[in-house]
Amino acid sequence: MQVPATFAYERADSVPHALELLERYGPEARVVAGGHSLIPMMKLRLAQPEALIDINGLAGELGRIAVEGDELAIGAMVRHTELLESVTATDLFPIFRDAERVIADPIVRNRGTVGGSLCQGDPSEDLAAVFAALRATAVVQGPGGVRTVPVRRFHQGPYETAVAPNELLIQLRVPVAAGTGSAYEKVERRAGDWPVAAAGAVLRIEGGTIVQAGIGLTAVGAPHFCAPEAETYLEGREPGEEAFAEAGRIAAEGCAPHADQRGPADYKRHLAAELTRRALVRAAGRS
Amino acid sequence: MSFGRMHRKEDARFIRGRGTYTDDVRLPGMLYGAILRSPHAHARIVSVDTSAAEAHPKVRAVITGQTLAGLNLAWMPTLSNDIQAVLATDKVRFQGQEVAFVVAEDPYSARDALELIDVDYEPLDAVIDARKALDPGAPVIRDDLEGRTGNHIFDWEAGDRARTDAVFERAEVTVAQDMLYPRVHPAPLETCGAVADFDKVTGKLTVWCPTQAPHAHRTLYAMVAGLPEHKIRVISPDIGGGFGGKVGIYPGYVCAIVGSIVTGKPVKWMEDRSENLMSTAFARDYHMRGEIAATRDGRIQGIRVKVLADHGAFNGTAQPTKFPAGFFHVFSGSYDIETAHCEVTGVYTNKAPGGVAYACSFRVTEAVYLVERMVDVLAAELGMDPAELRLRNLLKPEQFPYTSPTGWEYDSGDYPKALRLAMDLAGYDKLRAEQADKRARGELMGIGVSFFTEAVGAGPRKHMDILGLGMADGAELRVHPTGKAVLRVSCQSQGQGHETTFAQIVGQELGIPADDVEVVHGDTDQTPFGLGTYGSRSTPVSGAATAIVARKVRDRAKIVAAAMLEASPDDLEWADGRWSVVGDPSTGKSLAEIALAAHSNLELPEGVEGHLDAVTVYNPPNLTYPFGAYICVVDVDPGTGQVKVRRFVAVDDCGVRINPMIVEGQIHGGLADGVGMALMQVMAFDEDGNHLGASFMDYLLPTSMECPSWELGETVTPSPTHPIGAKGVGESATVGSPAAVVNAVVDALAPYGVRHADMPLTPANVWRVVNGNPFRTDLAVP
Repeated sequence: MQVPATFAYERADSVPHALELLERYGPEARVVAGGHSLIPMMKLRLAQPEALIDINGLAGELGRIAVEGDELAIGAMVRHTELLESVTATDLFPIFRDAERVIADPIVRNRGTVGGSLCQGDPSEDLAAVFAALRATAVVQGPGGVRTVPVRRFHQGPYETAVAPNELLIQLRVPVAAGTGSAYEKVERRAGDWPVAAAGAVLRIEGGTIVQAGIGLTAVGAPHFCAPEAETYLEGREPGEEAFAEAGRIAAEGCAPHADQRGPADYKRHLAAELTRRALVRAAGRS
Repeated sequence: MSFGRMHRKEDARFIRGRGTYTDDVRLPGMLYGAILRSPHAHARIVSVDTSAAEAHPKVRAVITGQTLAGLNLAWMPTLSNDIQAVLATDKVRFQGQEVAFVVAEDPYSARDALELIDVDYEPLDAVIDARKALDPGAPVIRDDLEGRTGNHIFDWEAGDRARTDAVFERAEVTVAQDMLYPRVHPAPLETCGAVADFDKVTGKLTVWCPTQAPHAHRTLYAMVAGLPEHKIRVISPDIGGGFGGKVGIYPGYVCAIVGSIVTGKPVKWMEDRSENLMSTAFARDYHMRGEIAATRDGRIQGIRVKVLADHGAFNGTAQPTKFPAGFFHVFSGSYDIETAHCEVTGVYTNKAPGGVAYACSFRVTEAVYLVERMVDVLAAELGMDPAELRLRNLLKPEQFPYTSPTGWEYDSGDYPKALRLAMDLAGYDKLRAEQADKRARGELMGIGVSFFTEAVGAGPRKHMDILGLGMADGAELRVHPTGKAVLRVSCQSQGQGHETTFAQIVGQELGIPADDVEVVHGDTDQTPFGLGTYGSRSTPVSGAATAIVARKVRDRAKIVAAAMLEASPDDLEWADGRWSVVGDPSTGKSLAEIALAAHSNLELPEGVEGHLDAVTVYNPPNLTYPFGAYICVVDVDPGTGQVKVRRFVAVDDCGVRINPMIVEGQIHGGLADGVGMALMQVMAFDEDGNHLGASFMDYLLPTSMECPSWELGETVTPSPTHPIGAKGVGESATVGSPAAVVNAVVDALAPYGVRHADMPLTPANVWRVVNGNPFRTDLAVP
């Protein structure tokens, strides 16, 4: 039987209450939402937080998906399943459907949350690449109030994020623009596995020209889960197989994948190029 | 009458969550154990300090190798004539090896106390790559064994070397291929564990434990620990999957028993997932080189194999005593081959012991994979269709019973019929046409064929024993006065549906509904002796015992019926489940009527006792030889290396099918196993001996998403030696399917000149194979 070490447990009933509890327990406390990353690590005693602040009571407050002005707002407590089933989100950005269909399995998706996925900061996290491709903004609340962080500056290293120990990620905001197509491509060893590599693409095409490109990459050591050189290369060009293949090559050059049992580095780099190309082709088809 | 599809009697409790597993056993005053395990693959133990753990307020006992040495229990015999450390004393020899055992008042404190034990290790170089185990200068793992200067365990051979070599020398065509059947794990959803309860007043030890062989466990505890056998009761409750991994005795069981003796309380120990994957019986780990000699027109003449077998740190493989490589020497497979020879060398490495698990039929899995891959290699060499090459070489129906070049006597079969049926079901010619079209477009589609013959149902006793215990099974059948029956068998289901299948056998023999038969198993105080459930032996052995004991009951019933009818037993016939006077069905007496009469004041002939109960022990005259033909269709994405199993056709012949639904369920499970092994499962180790598959995040079990909708077919060739013509089937699909999947993938990659690729065929592995740069799947990915 796997059993975690001793920890204190508190259940927050509002965002201010959660912040108060974080303040009280200090940096050795951890926020638990879906718990599908943190709890397994605790059972293996790879993580031994002194206290868990349970924010599942905030599912109402932080569980909304809605278009607000020219942004799509996604609450941090939105479950993967809810994002997958949100017609509002997936009609605007099919990349969410592509990605959420291949994140873990239905049991995990029923519990795991969008905010939890990002805050865990796993270097193989799918949603990190999705939101990077979408150029989303993270909304973080702390004792001093609310601040925003571009998602591309949210992750500061493996398992490290811009959220301070006394802060809470409360929302993701995604800019909405006409003519946008998006897609996500992932290779996994088995359904439910973490990606060997995955790529997301978001293209805004106006008058036959790419006016903005977003490329997100995960599990391949892409800094901040994105590929800015490849995006720059595409912007101003006409969409096409050759341009997308070249963008894939450029994106792969910016990656620094590590070998592990999912695959050697050369294969992952190859996938970075191949999956970027495929995601761009599909995104262009959807714009 | 009683054979046929019926829902499993077990399902009512399983689908309601009302099964009783070892972890469900809760006894008054029960304590909880936890095991401290080695973080190193190879290290000398300098010291073990347990004082802080002992000071933990909820800890009742801390047991170390030194404690056990005082009881002469620090080492225990394995099933392969070796010894294994229960708790390490001198060195640790694999990552995850048992070092100390804590007994505490709750499982949390037991786990917490493990972190209070201070072990000082002096790390040593580890032997991880089996191919380097015999290098001069390799670290000696088993320096506990006197005079041991290297890691060699055994050399073993079978077949005719000289004749085989001669055939190869004059052959028109020879092919050779190195291949690895990597180390895998059966990964039952229920991990191992035990509840041990030693009653100091009665001197009786009761052990609840998910064992596939409860009687063997009891006898071995008696032999090893010196406890009187009648004072040991082993109860194997519901088991959440075994697959061969729950045959042996694990150190944790012994620790739980010692913990109970030391504390005077019942002690429960349940391992966690990582402990299960790291320390319990693995399967396979065979490094093989196969060769085939043939004529230019595709007539196979000879086959030979060299195997390097990685047995881990202790030689603990579970197989009949005379067979250090299990039944691997059945590797000439389903083909009419003039001569065969194999050599197997076993070596120690710094990995967990085991070697026979995961539905392998005592290494028939490795043998079938070897020959089925080699036939495809030959087909590629000859430019011949692999199905056609098989049809040309399969044994013919008139050759049975057939004695193989290595001495196996195959009981019965019609192999070409099974393969032709599989080809019809698959639409083989159309598939080949589709493949040709796709290849012209640059798409990768593969069609893989495999044909297997299994050898299952050990004994007979004269050839097969485990530690001197002959492989035969008892059965007892008791008929109550109202005609309801209780069958007691020695084997133990891990999900095979014995409570249903064996009740159906009794029902068929006695003309009563299967629902009127209660099957008791898993409790050594309540059942007759027998060797247990593994190697697909339950239906071949215990199922035969069941049929025979039912026939004994039927014979007793005949005498009673004769008394009831005031007729001579010679004038009675058994028809429609009743004894009646020949030619007069109206006189028929049912079992219920006869049973009540047997217990009434009916006057019986002199010497006939007034009951219908019977006992038997079945010593099988031969193994049974189920077989089958499998065809797998895959699509491979050339850009990513991903393999999609599109179709899988499985034609199985396991003789007479008692409950076809249970048989099909077993086949479905085995096919999923095969997809898992072929595409994703492996226990690899890095150079320091760190286990790289120690959780379900890293050791992947296939899901429904990877499995196609299985397409099953059947032929029925009864076993001539089994009383109801049945053969074992539990492992058939696990044995036969990996080769079909691998053959399909290799076939898909033929445009790249690929002739072989080792399992598991992960996307990365396939991509590297296509690029001509494959990596070792049993080591850390480079």
